[in-house]
Amino acid sequence: MSRSLKKGPFIEFKLEKRVAEMNTANKRNVIKTWSRRSMISPEFVGHTIAVHNGNKFIPVYVTENMVGHKLGEFSPTRTFRGHSGNKKK
Amino acid sequence: MARIAGIDLPKNKRGVIGLTYIYGIGLSSSKKILAKAGIDENVKVNDWNDDQLAAIRGIINEIKVEGALRSEVQLNIKRLMDIGCYRGVRHRLGLPLRGQQTQTNCRTRKGKRKTVANKKKATK
Repeated sequence: MSRSLKKGPFIEFKLEKRVAEMNTANKRNVIKTWSRRSMISPEFVGHTIAVHNGNKFIPVYVTENMVGHKLGEFSPTRTFRGHSGNKKK
Repeated sequence: MARIAGIDLPKNKRGVIGLTYIYGIGLSSSKKILAKAGIDENVKVNDWNDDQLAAIRGIINEIKVEGALRSEVQLNIKRLMDIGCYRGVRHRLGLPLRGQQTQTNCRTRKGKRKTVANKKKATK
């Protein structure tokens, strides 16, 4: 079920603050975050956010198309290396 | 013969069913279209007169069907693939997107079974 519109999108408060600070300071540093559940808001565009995948941080460069998705969608948690004997390609 | 949105409708079917042969029109939107055009659902496609046909065409012109709809869907999928999100990756791999199991089943996405030859039997 989708989230109630009344509440607005969920963004981790700290993360939102960091991005807002960077926007006012006009800086583009990589922000590390564990908050995979945060929605990508339009303010994030152009920033690089390192999203934790349970093991390490995956840098995600946010583009305009990504707005509305969650950060976790861009930081895969599983690695599939293919089946044995599947050497082709 | 009724030709709407580039599709030949089946002649001998009831109007509601006939319209569903158009991509993008299911049973519920088909019912709505006919209600809006003021045509009984049970009238066969063959028995529509020109005025009724024109009315239906007019209504269908306003909604997205067939090619336009197909390309929109493809564009949405392409967007997911381009931004590299989880759903896009699953599209690329041809696997289900919504967390379904893949150990068995999900044949719709994976297609025909690909049997792995020479699978070693457990030795006694």
